[in-house]
Parts: sequence; C-alpha cells; structure tokens
Amino acid sequence: MANIDVKEISFRYATHWVIEDLSFHAEEGEFWGIIGPNGSGKTTLLKILYGLINPQRGRVFIDGGELRRMKRTDIAKKIAVVPEETQISFPFTCLEVVLMGRSPYLGRLQFEGRDDFEIAERAMSLTDTLRFSKRPVNELSGGERQRIFIARALAQEPEIILLDEPTSNLDIGHQVEFYDLISRLNREEKLTILTVSHDINLASEYCRKIILLKGGRIFKMGSPREVVVEESIRQVYGSRVLVDENPVTKSPRITLLRKEPSNIGSPEA
Amino acid sequence: MIVSPKKIITVCSLFFCLLLGVMLTSLSLGAAKIGVAQVLRILIHHAVYFDSPVGPEGLIILSVRLPRILLAGLVGAALAVAGCSFQALLRNPLADPYILGVSSGSALGAVLAILVGLSATSFAIPLASFCGAMITVMLVFHVGKVGRGLHTNTLLLAGVIISSFFSAIIMFLISVVQNEDLSKIVFWLMGDFSFSNYHFILIILPYIAGGIGAIYSNARGLNLIVMGEETAVQLGSDVERLKKMAYIFASLVTAAAVSVCGLIGFVGLIIPHSVRMLFGPDHRLLIPASTLVGACFLIGSDTIARTIAAPTELPVGAVTATFGAPFFIYLLKRRKV
Repeated sequence: MANIDVKEISFRYATHWVIEDLSFHAEEGEFWGIIGPNGSGKTTLLKILYGLINPQRGRVFIDGGELRRMKRTDIAKKIAVVPEETQISFPFTCLEVVLMGRSPYLGRLQFEGRDDFEIAERAMSLTDTLRFSKRPVNELSGGERQRIFIARALAQEPEIILLDEPTSNLDIGHQVEFYDLISRLNREEKLTILTVSHDINLASEYCRKIILLKGGRIFKMGSPREVVVEESIRQVYGSRVLVDENPVTKSPRITLLRKEPSNIGSPEA
Repeated sequence: MIVSPKKIITVCSLFFCLLLGVMLTSLSLGAAKIGVAQVLRILIHHAVYFDSPVGPEGLIILSVRLPRILLAGLVGAALAVAGCSFQALLRNPLADPYILGVSSGSALGAVLAILVGLSATSFAIPLASFCGAMITVMLVFHVGKVGRGLHTNTLLLAGVIISSFFSAIIMFLISVVQNEDLSKIVFWLMGDFSFSNYHFILIILPYIAGGIGAIYSNARGLNLIVMGEETAVQLGSDVERLKKMAYIFASLVTAAAVSVCGLIGFVGLIIPHSVRMLFGPDHRLLIPASTLVGACFLIGSDTIARTIAAPTELPVGAVTATFGAPFFIYLLKRRKV
C-alpha cells in the first residue's frame, strides 16, 4: 500500500528550472534507482519526494494522498530518508540516534516507551549494529554510520525508504554490504526503495527500475537493460562507455573508456 | 544510558540539593560572618512570620545577600539554557548566548541611557539595555531570514556584523563623550550584581522562567535539529518553527539576564558543555541540568567576586572567566585521552 505517484512536477530555484515536467509511478515493494550526471536534479527530486521542498508545478501523491497536504509527522511515518553524509558534532550514542526514528510517533513531551525500544533494537539487529549501540555516533566509521542511519530509518517503520547517494563515501566492500542489506529489506520487509546513485553499475545490479535524468527531465526510464545502454549513457553523460553483462548476474555493466586513445594500460598492450 | 524521566528526576534532585547548599554557603559568607545555623534561623523565621527583617544580621541576609544570590542564580540559569539553545540552533557546541549580538545591543542601550543623563543606578539602565538587546535580536532575525525560513549561516553572519557595528558605536561614544558615569559601563561590561534587588528579580523572572519553559518543551526537537536540519524534517519535525523558537526564546532569556547585570561570559559556554560531557547531549536532560548547574556556578562565582578581595568587589565576569577558562581546558583535555 505504499505507491508513489509523481505527476508532471517542475521545480525551480530562483529562475533556473531544476526539474521539468517529470512524472513516474512507483508501486509498493519496487526498487528504483535514479541516475544522471551532476546537476541533473537527482537530489532535488528526492527532496521533493519527502516534502522538504514543494514543486511549483505538478503534484506528488503518496498512497493517493497529496504530499503537500500531509502533516510532517505523517510523512515521516511513511517515508524515511538515509542521507548521504552527515557531520554530527554532538556525541549522541547510536541507540539514541536510532530512537530518534521514533520521533514522529511521540508527543512533544512524551518519552520513548518499551515498544519504541523494542522497535529500535529490532532495527539495530537487522542492520547488525546492536553491538555499538552505546558508542557515540560521531566516532563510528563511515560504513558503520550509514548502517546506523538505515537502522534509524527502519525505526520510523516506513513503507518507503529514500536513499541519497548512500554509498558515495564507502569502500567497495561496504558498498556491496550496504546494497545487499537494502535489497534484503526490500524483499523481506516489502519496503519501496528509491535510491539516488552515482554508481551506474551498482544501480543496474540492484535496482529493478531505473530513471535516467538529464537536465531535470527523464531521459529514459525502465529496467536496467532498457536504460543502461551505450547510446543513452553517451548522450546523457557525454562519455564513451562499453556496456556488456556482469558475468555472474547478467545485469548490464558499464566500462569507462578514455577519451584520448592510449596504449598504456590497454588490455592489448 | 538513555534519558528517562527517572534519570532526569534523579539528576535534577541531586543538583537541586547542590544549589541549596551553594545558596546557604553563599548567604553565610561576606564581610559580616554569619553562621549557616543562624542563616537558617533567619530564613525560617522570615518564611514563617513573613515580617520585615529583624536585626542587622536579618537585614544583611534578607535585604542584601538573598536578592543578590537569587538574581545571580536566575541569571546563571538563563545564560546556561540560552547557551544550550544557541548551540543546538547553530549546531555548534562552541556557540554562546552572546554570539548573535544580543550583548552589543544591550550594551549600546545602556550607554545611550547614560548619555541622555539617566543615572547609572536607576531602573532606566536595565530597561534601555533590554530594549537595545531586543532591537538587535529583531534586526539580526530580519537580516538572517531568507524567504520564510531562517538561514543559520546568514544568521550567524548578521549577528557578527551587527555586533561589531554596535561595538564600534559604543567605542566611538566612550571616546568622544566625557562622562563620568560612562566609566561605570566598563564595570557593567564585565558583569555586575552589586545593584541587585527584589524588583529586578520580579521583573526578569517571568521572561526567564517562560523562556526556559518554552525551550524545554521543545527539547526533543532540539535533539533532532543538532542532527541536521534536513534530518529533522525527515524525522517529522517543523524545523522552521523550531529554529525561530530556539532563537527568539534564547535571545529573550539572554536579554533579560544581560539587562540586570551586564555581560557575564563563559557561563553560557561552559555549563552546557560540562553537563553534556557528564550526561550526554540529550536536551531533555541537558536543559534542566544546565539550569541548575548554571545557577550554582554563577552564585558561586559571584560569592567569590564579592568576598575574595573584600571590601573591593571584582566584576563577576572576571571570576567566571578566571575559573571557567582553566576548567574548560581541563574538560577538553580530559576528553581527548
């Protein structure tokens, strides 16, 4: 019961349109990736999807309800966001941070109850973070902190999770671990996932639907096989790539090609 | 350890007992030596019969020391909570209540009142200083507003700029105008409780109590704000309302405090910081604990200010800085290890 319906939205900062006439429909339990070059409107689109900013034209519906008419707390009960990277200068413990996910359910002066602690602990065990529940969140490594933020998102008991380049600061081991976890939550908890990603290979590996943005418009939308093709990538990113298949999973895989031909490091040399 | 109502009550009861102890000790210290037992007798007698003070000792305790101690406690609490609120709003543990220019506005107000011929001891000074502070608060607020939202970086810049502009005017006035009363402003700039009386307490109490109450009722919201404004929105809070609340009430509380006793540094910085190091950053405990610790700290500092070089009085701001700075360095160093 958690579908997202985006209808002809346009958004501008000052005079420059960042999102133009964009529509799509995501069904419950789907796993979507949003890719595109810098400045193509990926993060802006994400901010519109949880109501941080309102589009000047068009509308967004969550389960049939219009987003801009929903209360902030009601949005937070349906949609959780995992941020890209957050600087935190206050030493909250990980458990405290995860418990913050319960905020939309609590009254202003209400304290977390037994239920809230159980939900937070379950979220932490799903993300394998229980063992650092007492550590200050600002002392964790990047990968550990991202898992805490997923745990916080899960503690919101959302139906939709939005991710904003969640793995941009993680090494490849943690990237795969992160997306495996998200993918498992997508299957087992029936969560609708939308992730913004710079990494086309990760997106094509994990997402079932991909939106390729160019200049705030949808350039192409569909399965990874339909979107991740040499011609589209060249037109959108302006770079030559080779697309073949991941030999194990058969998802499309891109290989970057240098613009200037060179024999150094080429396989034939 | 997660903050629970039980933990808050335990910690606050402990600090409340400490506060009572500090107040009693402070009441008994001074030029006239009055034992703690005698102090208690006088207080109980007054509380029961509620008559005018009896004897010279009664007069010293009830009319001289008690109002000064109560005022110092109130100001200490106000500055500590304002510090918590500004630190959360600016997401910077090094912010203090004066960072957005309240201090320079209130100083300018006081200087102008003296220049137009009002006596340095009259009620006009606190009133003028309070008006100066509130005008600055509104000015900074309007400069810091971008569209319908508050932009914390712009706010910070606006505060710094308006603050240095007002300081320049103050320096100009002090150098150009020859006025004996104006030299008292220097004392005032370092903080001064020597004019304390019950009227001051009654006037600032509603502002400070109301301000602290308003900030405390948003304690969980402040927790979310320090995680980042976008995060706070994602977790369902109305960030713009929270930021305005934190800014306006912390400024109001600071303005009320500064207007009666001048600028007292360090309280708003080190009290929230120390409490955070002891009990963690959760504002639901941080705010009430800082209220009590701030009161204890300023009463203690003022007691030192009026007794250590008696009969000369030191500016209390000099004492808070002398004790505050090394203590702060100790806390910072200890945490690193």
